[in-house]
Amino acid sequence: MNSDKITRIVLLSVSLLIVLVAGGMVFSLVDGAIPSFQKFGFKFIFSNNWNPTEGRENYGALPFIIGTLMTSVLALLIALPLSFSTSLFLGEYFHKTKFAKVIGLMVDLLAGIPSIVYGLWGFYVLRPFLMDLGIGNQGFGVFTASLVLAIMIIPYATSLSNEIIAMVPRDLKEAAYSLGATRLEVITSVTVPAARSGIFAGYILAFGRALGETMAVTMLIGNSNLIPTGIFSTGNSMASIIANQFGEADGLKLSSLIAIGLILFVITGIINGIGKMIIKKFER
Amino acid sequence: MKITIPILLVLFVLASCQQSGKKESKDVDTSKVSLTAAGATFPMPFYNMVFKKYADSYGTTVTYGGIGSGGGIRSLNDKVVDFGATDAYLENDKMAEMPAEIVHIPTCMGAVVIAYNLAGVEGLKLSNELLEKIFLGEITKWNDAKIVANNPELKLPASSITVVYRSDGSGTTHIFSDYMSKISTKWAEKVGTGKSLNWPVGMGAKGNPGVAGTISATEGTIGYIGSEYSFAMKIQTAKVQNSAGNYIEPSIASISAAAKADLPDDTRVMLTNSKDPDAYPISGFTWIILYKEQAYGGRSIDKATATIKLLNWLISPEAQAEAEKVHYAPIPETAVAKAKAILGSITFEGKPIL
Repeated sequence: MNSDKITRIVLLSVSLLIVLVAGGMVFSLVDGAIPSFQKFGFKFIFSNNWNPTEGRENYGALPFIIGTLMTSVLALLIALPLSFSTSLFLGEYFHKTKFAKVIGLMVDLLAGIPSIVYGLWGFYVLRPFLMDLGIGNQGFGVFTASLVLAIMIIPYATSLSNEIIAMVPRDLKEAAYSLGATRLEVITSVTVPAARSGIFAGYILAFGRALGETMAVTMLIGNSNLIPTGIFSTGNSMASIIANQFGEADGLKLSSLIAIGLILFVITGIINGIGKMIIKKFER
Repeated sequence: MKITIPILLVLFVLASCQQSGKKESKDVDTSKVSLTAAGATFPMPFYNMVFKKYADSYGTTVTYGGIGSGGGIRSLNDKVVDFGATDAYLENDKMAEMPAEIVHIPTCMGAVVIAYNLAGVEGLKLSNELLEKIFLGEITKWNDAKIVANNPELKLPASSITVVYRSDGSGTTHIFSDYMSKISTKWAEKVGTGKSLNWPVGMGAKGNPGVAGTISATEGTIGYIGSEYSFAMKIQTAKVQNSAGNYIEPSIASISAAAKADLPDDTRVMLTNSKDPDAYPISGFTWIILYKEQAYGGRSIDKATATIKLLNWLISPEAQAEAEKVHYAPIPETAVAKAKAILGSITFEGKPIL
């Protein structure tokens, strides 16, 4: 056997291992969720009743699905203008200057902070500040969680789009300048269209991160198992209810928590799929 | 095919010879045994301290995983631990679901205190009616006429009440809701008893530290936490009305008083709403659970003996004295006697261990 063949076999088996692990995860999620879906059917997804009291158990995932989507979308909306401006600043206006490098470093630093630290900061600094402004229920709620989530996902959106923006060919931009375009016109009609699939990919990545974020959200969202009535009311997210309740869960409750995990998995999959499709469309 | 059955038989006989051979060696050495246990987080500070002390004096080391009462029961069910720990005793139907008969050993007592955060308001008194109405969301302001009437000497602010509860499943919630169901039929109907509940109002925080942190950082909040946390963190606590009508401050003495009632022989009893006039009404035992027949899953007699010796020490005055240092109440004499009797009934291959 030559070395080429050995390498190929090693690589193949490692890749197969990943397929096996992913497949095994899906299998165990589905397997664990079956009792819950058997009991509640598709009503599980659309029911807003979460009652874990023994003897009157009834589980529905709707409050958590809505909570997760609300916090993530809101976080994305807050992060969008911030990270888009930052990536333009870093990739276009001040590309390769010392100042941009410092800011780029700071943005990357944000990505490296563990989520529990964001949670602590949100709990002890941001929340009292929001309370002083008179926002929300003692400062807890969807809005507070979204604000912290937004800060957490900014680096994911920024660093990818910033690199793609910087990679837009010089010739293209110079051609536009030679036609008399202003800098803003170059950005809106050359740089952004050329880089859009990469920028979009960055936001999908950021959105995916927001969907699954657990610790910081748990600390700030208020953990009330009801559908949020507005962006300032308390709620709960899918990741957060699982983290909160799996420890003491058994039987139907455990199965319902696994079912929520499965739904979260499917939602993340769908969003990634849509993202990939749109990116492909852009590339054409 | 024909030959396999005799071979199996021979193996079986050999194996049983080995087993009985082991039993013959009388000298059981427990000093090098290490035990594994898991369960409730509520008594964890107590267990960590006494297990360390036990290892220092007697050699047997114990690894305790605070994974929650439900996890403790599951681990014992799966036979991956030497004993489990739980804040809520197993009901008969759950006992029957276990693979073999289990017993409960009470190890210490704790209480659930009603903590609140109101600047300058000391010694809030809560009647049963007030507790019910606040936690069901029917009273929403601190200066509600009913609270003022019960606490005429206090200056109560006009701010709104925020109820804080445990977002995770917890024995603390179980004790609290058990008490609430006893004092309020409306609570029993609407919410009920359990480790996690369908709360009508308020917001959740994770774990005793989460609830304690939220309350101490947020003015106008009220919630329930394990007494050991509130004693250690010196959080404001309310006086709760017991079944004799007295307003009782949670303390080690008033918690111990709750266990003066008659105990059943298997010690499985909720001590909430105790009849004793000095008792703090939201008190309870925490238990260690283990199999009555210790020879299972290939466990050695050394391990079984080490387990029982440890538990026997845990209910001795020496270990119980440690409980107060970490803000738990020791179990009363009657409970110690009952626990000793239970330990005496535990066997290895049918023979008593102690």
